Amino acid sequence: MSDPANRTHTLRLELVDEPGELLRALAPIADNGGNLLSIFHERGSLTPRGRIPVEVDLECAPQRFEDVVAALRDAGVTVIAADAEHYGEAVTVLLVGDLVAADLSGVLESVEECSAASVVDFTLTDEAGTDGDASARLRLAVEAGGASDALATVREVAAERELHVVEPLVGDA
Amino acid sequence: MKLAVLGAGAVGRAVVGLADEYGHTVTAVADSASAVVDADGVDPEAVLAHKREEGVVGDGDPSHALATDYDVLVEATPTTLGDAEPGFGHVRGALETDRHVVLANKGPVAERYDDVRALADESAGSLRFEATVGGAIPALATIEGVGPSRVNAARGVLNGTANFVLTRMAAEGLEYEHVLAEAQDLGVAEADPSFDVDGTDAALKCAILANVIHGGGYSLADVDVNGITEIPPSALDLAAEEGQTVRLVGEVTDGGVRVGPRLVPEHGTLAVTGTTNIVQLETEHAGRLNLSGQGAGGAATASAVLADVDRLD
Repeated sequence: MSDPANRTHTLRLELVDEPGELLRALAPIADNGGNLLSIFHERGSLTPRGRIPVEVDLECAPQRFEDVVAALRDAGVTVIAADAEHYGEAVTVLLVGDLVAADLSGVLESVEECSAASVVDFTLTDEAGTDGDASARLRLAVEAGGASDALATVREVAAERELHVVEPLVGDA
Repeated sequence: MKLAVLGAGAVGRAVVGLADEYGHTVTAVADSASAVVDADGVDPEAVLAHKREEGVVGDGDPSHALATDYDVLVEATPTTLGDAEPGFGHVRGALETDRHVVLANKGPVAERYDDVRALADESAGSLRFEATVGGAIPALATIEGVGPSRVNAARGVLNGTANFVLTRMAAEGLEYEHVLAEAQDLGVAEADPSFDVDGTDAALKCAILANVIHGGGYSLADVDVNGITEIPPSALDLAAEEGQTVRLVGEVTDGGVRVGPRLVPEHGTLAVTGTTNIVQLETEHAGRLNLSGQGAGGAATASAVLADVDRLD
């Protein structure tokens, strides 16, 4: 399914809180050659319009992405934005090091305090490596165009606590 | 063209071996301990055999290599940091006597670009250094073709050793030290791989890209450098769960020059595997250009050197 020529895209959808809505929103993606990479279903957090925000990462051939978006809209799915530059961005970043000593929850607080970012998700590896180091994956929601600032904050906070950061390439597909 | 080849490592030897096929004559070859000089052309086979068997290219004093008749200095001695010597001195000697210079050695253009440029501007000889970035990949020729001012950003995976290690770690879930030892057994990593895995080699290449794109002013000290030695398999696992992986990416943008481990889509363009390199250019009118290929190796890099020789006036 994965083709090296494929590009990765992020779609931000808003769904009505009704059974079957998510499935209905995903069908047009697969029908148009999109390969789903991840679905972030923010149940419990409602948009101002009372809908459920859903973020979908997918990959597809470069020329098919427009088709995917059009098919979603044809199917009555609300597409808030297609790809990062058009909307509040989601960035994923890895932290590596002695996360216990570094006080991970303190790290998350500092990131939220210092930048216009909110930590929407984080995942920890369950076992530390041979030297006691562990890894964490942070998913940040940031305002449009704010990814660079948010990542700069993560760098600063991580450096203070002797953690290594693996950043995404901002602006790259 | 008559070539004087300084440096008899993998690249220098491959240039000597391939020069005839490209229609050039090698009039001098030197390594750190010896030289062989013949104004009518040395015998490439004999020189390479001498190096293989005796460990040196000939009997002459290395300093005599540039005293001979030559048109192009091929500088392929090991890259050095700081003052970039002895490579820089070789470049100066050639340009001051109005010879052309083709570099495989990154030092002079990564650490002292403005000095080298000034020497080239004063000289009737030209300076080229395609082989210093991305081995066989025609990255600099492409930037030249597009026009440096129309290249908005460059990024890439520019170190095959680091990329091999990250690829194997992600595929096998093995620790860094384990994969590095394997890479050394395979000859992919050198006995001392620090320049590769701490990001220095990629940073030198990025400094060169920045110099070409922005017209000079950059050296290693201007690059924000992080290596891959602290990346555990668990980080690669977390990345993989999101369809991503980690690559040692070098980036040249208006905001600066950076080298560090970065998250990239697992099946994205930048996620080249093994020892493959890639250079990605964001251009003003031509969109994104991706050039990937062999970033190291004697013959591959020598092909970039000889392509430069062909581009000389």
